[in-house]
Amino acid sequence: MTYEGARQALAAPRRWQTMEFDFWLAILAAYALLPERSLLLNETAILGLFALSLDLVLGIAGIVSLGHAAFFGLGAYTAGLIGKLGLTEPILGLLIAGLAAGALGFATSFLVLRGSDLTRLMVTLSVSLVMLELANRLTTLTGGADGLQGIVIGAVLGTFEFDMFGRVAAAYSLIILFLLFLLARWLVNAPFGLAVQAIASNPLRSAAIGIPITRRLIAIYSIAAAIAGIAGALLAQTTQFVSLDVLAFHRSAEVMLVLVIGGTGYLYGGLVGAVLFKLLQDQLSDLTPQYWQFWLGLIFVALVVIGRERVFGFPQAVWRRIRGGV
Amino acid sequence: MLTILVDGLAYGMLLFVLACGLSVTLGVMNFINLAHGAFAMAGGYVAVVLVNGYGVPFLLALPLAALAAGLLGIALEQTLYVHVYRRTHLDQVLFSIGLVFIAMAVVDYTQGSQQQFLNLPAFLKVRLDLGVVSVGAYRLLIIVVCGALALALQAILARTRFGARLRASVDDPIAARGLGINVNAIFAITFGVGSALAGLGGALGAEILGLDPSFPLKFMVYFLIVVTAGGAAGMTGPFLAAILLGVADVAGKYYFPSIGAFIIYTLVIALLVWRPNGLFAAASGR
Repeated sequence: MTYEGARQALAAPRRWQTMEFDFWLAILAAYALLPERSLLLNETAILGLFALSLDLVLGIAGIVSLGHAAFFGLGAYTAGLIGKLGLTEPILGLLIAGLAAGALGFATSFLVLRGSDLTRLMVTLSVSLVMLELANRLTTLTGGADGLQGIVIGAVLGTFEFDMFGRVAAAYSLIILFLLFLLARWLVNAPFGLAVQAIASNPLRSAAIGIPITRRLIAIYSIAAAIAGIAGALLAQTTQFVSLDVLAFHRSAEVMLVLVIGGTGYLYGGLVGAVLFKLLQDQLSDLTPQYWQFWLGLIFVALVVIGRERVFGFPQAVWRRIRGGV
Repeated sequence: MLTILVDGLAYGMLLFVLACGLSVTLGVMNFINLAHGAFAMAGGYVAVVLVNGYGVPFLLALPLAALAAGLLGIALEQTLYVHVYRRTHLDQVLFSIGLVFIAMAVVDYTQGSQQQFLNLPAFLKVRLDLGVVSVGAYRLLIIVVCGALALALQAILARTRFGARLRASVDDPIAARGLGINVNAIFAITFGVGSALAGLGGALGAEILGLDPSFPLKFMVYFLIVVTAGGAAGMTGPFLAAILLGVADVAGKYYFPSIGAFIIYTLVIALLVWRPNGLFAAASGR
């Protein structure tokens, strides 16, 4: 491959494809045409953003994390606390929550650099359990098992007051999702993101061509943590309530399923997965609200036994053709 | 102080019996089975139903619970697990979490979400005075049974032909296959025995551990700690790790009740950062 050819191959994914425009137009249409489903749309956007952040860790950097809820939960509690303490501007709350979660991601990133998949899994799981235990114990700060109540959130940019139908909430979450998606898309296709993907596919060779592995992984992990924190903050702000549930293990497992349903490593996976997951949850919970977990487990098992490639191979093949075939 | 030590010992030995099957799964097939606790839960519930529902004597219910969990383990191994061994770790994690969720929902549906209490026979409720320390007969039974099992396992592993084959399969599955050892069969048997032991542990420890549908998730971390800290080479590592964990957990919850759980998780993180391949792992960089 010539130099020019290589440059073009690397630049190809950076260009916007028709299908990507269609995807975002469809979301815009859903917001405009289905006002009665705004609450669901808001939840979907938040879940999608959370799954997007996991995709950066799992799909792009290849780190299996079983405790991504730690960052989501920290973001939620931070945003909730800020709101409770009187700093009611939502955007500022998002930034602070993102910073807090990013800081935790930075601090714990050193722990996931070493070891096998099993070690990483254990460490991420332990970190999220420590966070859950902290939130449970620091009752004066978090409200413990009762949840954090009395959160006050002001109008977005001082003009858009949150309404009870979730119109403003859904628009707010979707816009934040879109902006952070743009950031993630730009990062992944920039030299930084290419380096991270190289590390995921072959650490030894990446080191040999001079990629600073440790620094790149710390950076992507911290960024993903910050995005997860912002997703959590969105949940806290739009529902004005935070409970221990935001840090629970099933949240980490669910977001993994969401990402896997949509497919890892191409950023839209988390969003597509979130849409499918929420629709499915909406349907199945109507049938058996209590045993939603059973269906969740069944999907997990079926997906793996049948083979993810076989289930999702088709849409991904279509996607690759659209992207102009690497 | 001594009472705590004995309680910790009983707890740790339970953890060992519960988790030793997992260490083989992980060691032989490099398979991350997060659903191991589901087999322990199955054993526990079988025992509860037998003892409380049908009046089966507790000591008879224990082997039956082990048998049930073992059969369940072999059935699942043959039908589902065999398809997943060669997959990526992500697939294994997804698969076994799925099993955990299914198990939790099924138990919740059939038995209800409340904690189950086993009607212990009267002779296990007394306290025995052993001179320096008084021990509950129940805990003593746990220590004796689990200790005997640990010794038996070690003997099987070290002295029998099956044990030698198993060790060979753990050390190098490819070479073991080349020597004509049927690694798959060995693994299926071991998986069944491991599940049976987990079931026995779940039945035996139902009163100490607390049995409810969230059992597999609650103890998943503990099992993983035993296995990762102990390493997959032999029984000694996981055994020592389980005893240490048991004593540390009981002591931590007794002396620092408000931060008990932190101690364990923080220790785990520190340990994994310090020795990513386990506390007692051989120094070789494999």
